[in-house]
Amino acid sequence: MAMIEFRNVSKWYGSFQVLKDCSTKVEKGEVVVVCGPSGSGKSTLIKCVNGLEPFQQGEVIVNGESVGAKSTRLPQLRAKIGMVFQHFELFPHMDVTANLNLAQVKVLGRSAEEATAKSHALLQRVGMIEHAKKFPGQLSGGQQQRVAIARGLAMDPIAMLFDEPTSALDPEMINEVLDVMVELAQEGMTMMCVTHEMGFARKVAHRVIFMDEGEIVEDAPKEEFFGTPRSERAQQFLSKILHH
Amino acid sequence: MFSQFDFEVIRDSLPYLWQGMQFSLGLTLLAMAGGIVLGTVLALMRLSSLRILSWPAGAYVNLVRSIPLILVIFWFYFLIPIAIKHLSGNPYASGIGPFYSALIAFTMFEAAYYCEIIRAGIQSVPRGQVHAAYALGLNYRQATTLVILPQAFRNMLPVLLTTSIILFQDTSLVYVVGLTDFMGAASKVARRDGRLVELYLFAALIYFILCFTASYFVRRLQQRITPPR
Repeated sequence: MAMIEFRNVSKWYGSFQVLKDCSTKVEKGEVVVVCGPSGSGKSTLIKCVNGLEPFQQGEVIVNGESVGAKSTRLPQLRAKIGMVFQHFELFPHMDVTANLNLAQVKVLGRSAEEATAKSHALLQRVGMIEHAKKFPGQLSGGQQQRVAIARGLAMDPIAMLFDEPTSALDPEMINEVLDVMVELAQEGMTMMCVTHEMGFARKVAHRVIFMDEGEIVEDAPKEEFFGTPRSERAQQFLSKILHH
Repeated sequence: MFSQFDFEVIRDSLPYLWQGMQFSLGLTLLAMAGGIVLGTVLALMRLSSLRILSWPAGAYVNLVRSIPLILVIFWFYFLIPIAIKHLSGNPYASGIGPFYSALIAFTMFEAAYYCEIIRAGIQSVPRGQVHAAYALGLNYRQATTLVILPQAFRNMLPVLLTTSIILFQDTSLVYVVGLTDFMGAASKVARRDGRLVELYLFAALIYFILCFTASYFVRRLQQRITPPR
């Protein structure tokens, strides 16, 4: 059974169709990179996995549960899937440790001590332990994003979603975040990443999905995608972003 | 030129004026607390995607904001006793007294204004924050109380306090239902002793000092809490 499965998912904003009959799978332990031009629906696609974006047709199955089904309790499902956003979205009124503790205590019911121990271990891991008492506003973008990854991991997720985690970062901070993601991928975390970082994709992705105008145009193993993309649109896209 | 004025009358009536001031401050604080709580509920209703919640809240806010405050105070003073008699079926049931009717009137009236401020405050919290809260598995109530409202209140605190300063000034309207606030107390002394100029000057000075100082601190606060993002 796949960890995440899209079955003919379609979504409309009014009369505009943002997702067109999308089907794909992410197996346990697999790292899938989703790329494509802006406005192609890749962020929308990834947000369907934890129900942040509702969709009108098709099914998304996560760990055997249908995201869109009425009987599915979304909070419980979401707690099992970590998500990292383009703009970090740390809670600015809480310090770093409180950011990591919040859902552990409120959703998983861990005690404050348990949560703090977990949080500190993860902050250590992403190299942010010395900033545990700072507020998000006092950190650089790269630091905030590492904290955000730790916040997702604190819930012991079965999969992690990344929505353009490095696009809002200054160039010199991109690597510190990618390093954490690479490490995570190498440890066998199931990951679905919307990103334009083709270096990251080359290094750790198993599969690459290319989207354009709401459609999954190409869904291929990494070697195949970077070697000989079948579609012209993917070829054009690759030539554009790789030759800069 | 002040020789024909007698400012001693102010000194002599200070205890009475202080009583009035305590009333003004008390009514302001109670109406503010009630108004903010009710206003938050109204704001959440207005922002709800369920029309059954958003429509009544919107209608209420638009209705109240189209009516002068003094009329609302009157209404509650005269309507509540009638309502109580009607509901209890007892024609001799007494009302709730001018103080509580005024407090309810102020709370209901201010709630409409607080609602719009709080609604703007909630909308000022970036959509991504809501997504992040939900993505962690928080439910609506947790996301609202732990993530959204704390940020919203921080953003809107200055406007909220400024509105409350205006509320403080508006409490002087309670004279219409026979209550004696600071303004009413000054006015009574003024007419009793025929010292209109002295008392009204004094009242103006006190209102000015209190409101100006409060506004000053709100401005300071505003500078301090400008978000770091």
